[in-house]
Amino acid sequence: MATLELVGVRKSFGSVQVLHGIDLSVADGEMVVIVGASGCGKSTLLRIVAGLETPTEGRVLIDGRDVTPLEPADRDIAMVFQNYALYPHMSVFDNMAYGLKIRRVPRAEIRRRVQETAELLGISSLLDRRPRQLSGGQRQRVAMGRAIVREPRLFLFDEPLSNLDAKLRVQMRAEIRRLQKRLGVTSLFVTHDQTEAMTLGDRLVVMHQGRAAQIATPMEVWARPADTYVAGFIGSPAMNFLDATLAEEGRAAALAAGPVLRFADGPRPGPEGRRIVVGVRPEHVHAAPGDEGGLPLAIELAEPLGSETVLHGRLPGGESFTARLPGAAAPQAGAVLPLRLPADTLHIFDAETGLRLDPRA
Amino acid sequence: MRRRVIFRGKLLPYLLLAPQIAVTLVFFFWPAGQAIRQSVLREDPFGLSSEFVGLENFREVLSDPLYLNAVWNTAVFSTSVAALALGAALFLAVLADKSIRGAGVYKTLLIWPYAVAPAVAAVLWLFLFHPAIGLFGRALNAAGIAWDFKLNGAQAMLLVIFASAWKQVSYNFIFFLAGLQSIPRSVLEAAAIDGARPARRFWTVVFPLLSPTTFFLLVVNLTYAFFDTFGVIHALTGGGPGKATETLIYKVYVDGVQNLNLGGSSAQSVILMAIVIALTAVQFRYVERRVHY
Amino acid sequence: MRAPEGIAPAEEAAAAAASARRRRLLDRIWTHGWLILGVLVFALPIWITLVGSTHDAATIGRGEVPLLPGPHAAENYATAWTQGGGRFRAAGAAAMLWNSALMALLIAAGKIAISLLSAYAVVFFSFPGRMAFFWMIFITLMLPVEVRIIPTFQVMVDLSLINTMAGLVVPLVASATATLLFRQFFLTIPDEYVEAAKMDGAGPLRFFRDVVVPLSVTNIAALFVILFIYGWNQYLWPLLVVNDRSLETIVVGLSKMIGTGDAQNEWNTIMATAVMAMLPPVAVVVLMQRWFVRGLTETEK
Repeated sequence: MATLELVGVRKSFGSVQVLHGIDLSVADGEMVVIVGASGCGKSTLLRIVAGLETPTEGRVLIDGRDVTPLEPADRDIAMVFQNYALYPHMSVFDNMAYGLKIRRVPRAEIRRRVQETAELLGISSLLDRRPRQLSGGQRQRVAMGRAIVREPRLFLFDEPLSNLDAKLRVQMRAEIRRLQKRLGVTSLFVTHDQTEAMTLGDRLVVMHQGRAAQIATPMEVWARPADTYVAGFIGSPAMNFLDATLAEEGRAAALAAGPVLRFADGPRPGPEGRRIVVGVRPEHVHAAPGDEGGLPLAIELAEPLGSETVLHGRLPGGESFTARLPGAAAPQAGAVLPLRLPADTLHIFDAETGLRLDPRA
Repeated sequence: MRRRVIFRGKLLPYLLLAPQIAVTLVFFFWPAGQAIRQSVLREDPFGLSSEFVGLENFREVLSDPLYLNAVWNTAVFSTSVAALALGAALFLAVLADKSIRGAGVYKTLLIWPYAVAPAVAAVLWLFLFHPAIGLFGRALNAAGIAWDFKLNGAQAMLLVIFASAWKQVSYNFIFFLAGLQSIPRSVLEAAAIDGARPARRFWTVVFPLLSPTTFFLLVVNLTYAFFDTFGVIHALTGGGPGKATETLIYKVYVDGVQNLNLGGSSAQSVILMAIVIALTAVQFRYVERRVHY
Repeated sequence: MRAPEGIAPAEEAAAAAASARRRRLLDRIWTHGWLILGVLVFALPIWITLVGSTHDAATIGRGEVPLLPGPHAAENYATAWTQGGGRFRAAGAAAMLWNSALMALLIAAGKIAISLLSAYAVVFFSFPGRMAFFWMIFITLMLPVEVRIIPTFQVMVDLSLINTMAGLVVPLVASATATLLFRQFFLTIPDEYVEAAKMDGAGPLRFFRDVVVPLSVTNIAALFVILFIYGWNQYLWPLLVVNDRSLETIVVGLSKMIGTGDAQNEWNTIMATAVMAMLPPVAVVVLMQRWFVRGLTETEK
């Protein structure tokens, strides 16, 4: 059990800077998910916490103690690797026991702890097997077991689910969450999968080009994305973005295509004429009632999913736009559907910086 | 070339390298350096002093008719051994590659001669072709051919070539078979559907696809014929009769160990080093090309 | 382009099938025929040697080369085993076999051990001079014993290694091929294993012992077969370094027995010695064929 703190962590490989100063503090027992596209620096950040990389600048503190100069083995942390990194020539038991053996834990104690952990993970019957005799899901459990058995202060997960098939991934995701809650070990989990991030994390760190674009709870990241990158990255199908300028003294957005969208009442995001980007999640769009007019969407592709239908098309200004409507009885490709974008679901971002301009603060 | 993840350690890597480097320095680099040094020196007959003579030793060696004889012998010997060992191995490998019953047994029965030492191979062939007591030696004489490799230089050369090639076939066979088995079946099937008969299929599809293996083996076989056949020649003919089977390696041995001509022998060593470097460079370029392939 | 082939009439099809069957049968006979011939060409010298080792010296000396084994096997082998073959009876095969085995085992084990260590250093560490050392090892490929006979011999004299087992073995244990092979293999060991080991608290030596060596077992086995044969078949080096009969290896000892190749030599005991000289490496190749083929094709990559 421990807290983790990162202070101004920067990392460069040669002249390429991959981390531009990350600050993060993780509470005891918390599960923080670092999510981002590949190359955003999320794995490097995790490896710095593990001690496998040395930061160019900044400090890593565990329980308030600076561990930056310490070797991985001296940090009392455990890691689950993407490829599991199970030693192929050792049995499941030996794989799990190896770290304890090196730490000279008494033999009986090792046996007890490995067996307990195996029980917890439901792999007691596999202890004599070699990794290659296991299925993907079983290997995953062994990799977790190897981390758990050490009873570390900190768990690190490096995309541990990416090698599993879709069904197993969902199952293991739930299991990891359950185990982490039950063991109460502070955890850092790296993934590129936003669904995984949303379902697993107490909080998310959305990374983009070596910076933490937003650090917040999953619901907050979804409801109030800090910038257009986060807004587009979290949520599926991705948020629609429309270029606009502020109109009506900042109380509305004039879309490039002409129509004007009024904001809900509240503080104004800026002066009239400011260039902005309006974001709308596909699931917040409604079909406009017959008499209201609304924004006409020329449908190019309709994907009926049973409980809902995803429509892809273009607005009059030529912008591509996606809408998610409930039910299967939706218009076909070629039709034009008038849409209503509810004022209280609009996200407003600055066109220059991409940062959120909150009309509803 | 490099791993991303490595261990820290200042002294340890040097300790790990120490045994290999020590042996390399003492038994490889130092002697090689000495060979180069001695190749430009000449000792007086009592070995008490030596003087720098520049390239004089090389000039002497290269103008020595006996050395040129050894060059010629080596050329004849090496090309014959390589051609014979490669041809026979390719032929047998093509046959053994067919999906026939007992392919595994044939394979086992064809690869074991690799384990026979060159000098032992020489003894076996000596016993077969001995003019007085050998099965074939006597048969040849009975058939009216005056067979005595101890008197006839051409016959002696023929015998060392066969004994050397005999041993090398299994090595080539293993590589040709591996090369053949790595050719995708679908390519051969496509050729068959295109209507190519087996012989045509071999020369237009299989052989070109084998050419990297063949080239690699050619270099290996030449290296083998140059250096590893010392045992065959030493045990079978001793370089004779009348230096008819004296190759470059054999001459270095004779001049250095038996005649104690240090300068001349060292100059020959240096020439041989140049040949090995050339062969290795060719081989290395080939390896590199295959990596990029 | 031939005319499109329609469905042939029944009897024509049957005839075509029969001729195809005949062709396949002929092809099979041809294939087996040549392979059997090949096997015989390789086996014949061995057979004659075996036969030669079972007759008495007089039969062979008269030139009446038999094609079938004779009755003198036991005494020939016993003589060769204890006293040696040929007229000169240099040393008994038992002692020479022991020397050969010891030399081959030490060379194979030594080459593997020091190559494992140096490849590990080159791959898993970063230190000044890393590439220089690597090239130093690589260059030894270009310096076979044969091209540096005299100066190497002088070094042996200076170190008083002449006529010692150490002198036979030590100069041959440096190995660029084995180092290159292990280096190649080490580069394929996933980074995650190293990282997992670091997280587990295993240092470099522990990782070497617990992970790298066990993972290399198949490579070590394959290499061992090749190197054992390499060691057993050494000729020029023992010829130079050893003139003490108690250290004679069987390959060199055998060739010394022949002398000038005189017909009146004791060829029966020489052939018995030859059989014993061949048996260990041939047995290794046949019994460990899989490792052998693998070792051979891997080292040459």
